[in-house]
Amino acid sequence: MMNTPQQVKNPTSSLKSRFITRFLGALTKINAEDPISSPSPTRIFQRYRRIKVASNKSMAYSVRSRRIWSRAMLSRFRSRRSAFSGRRSSVKTTNCTTINVTINENKTAKGGLDMQTDELRELVPGGEAMDVCNLLDETAHYIKCLTTQVQVMRKIVDFCHLSK
Amino acid sequence: MSGRRSGSGVSSISDDQITHLVFKLQQLIPELCARRSHKASASKVLQETCDYIRNLHKEVEDLSDRLSQLLASIDTDNDQAAIVRSLLM
Repeated sequence: MMNTPQQVKNPTSSLKSRFITRFLGALTKINAEDPISSPSPTRIFQRYRRIKVASNKSMAYSVRSRRIWSRAMLSRFRSRRSAFSGRRSSVKTTNCTTINVTINENKTAKGGLDMQTDELRELVPGGEAMDVCNLLDETAHYIKCLTTQVQVMRKIVDFCHLSK
Repeated sequence: MSGRRSGSGVSSISDDQITHLVFKLQQLIPELCARRSHKASASKVLQETCDYIRNLHKEVEDLSDRLSQLLASIDTDNDQAAIVRSLLM
């Protein structure tokens, strides 16, 4: 029975390819909507913001709702969208606050480590509502995804340089 | 678990679990993973983790900035296939 280990797909590489496909699609769209090759600084800044959001969005969508941090990020994007269209989705925010209060009561039992995790909680999406175990686990995954993001973006930049 | 002090006993997370997760993090951070066999303190790992995440955020911003200026110079639609292929290799 030929059962090569190559048959088991590395989960990171499928995440990476999903991210690449999404992000390139977003870049194509941004490029199509703004085709002028020497735009004003304002246009460049707007484009920069769109690219940054596209990068984070592409990664969050590629992870889907498998992770607490990606779910938090996705709901952030959705509430931003509905805020623009005038609708309020305050229900989700209320729930988060309730969870936060309960967790804080448990946190004080752990002492010094919690002071340290405060900073980390602000950096990881959804970090405020996680217990320490989840926070550390989610952070590890979040870092892996961020490094993939950076790696892919670098390669695209290099490619742009090469094609010039 | 008996005989192990874990604060007021409210939390069901063991210290071992946390130590293990902190060590796992340590291995992801370039600053610290050279000391693979040597466990850095939890506070050091957390501090370095925060710094590293901030650096990564900054890199995403810088690369977005560069892309915003370079983007017009390539036709991503036609080149897309070539890019995807070279990126996935």
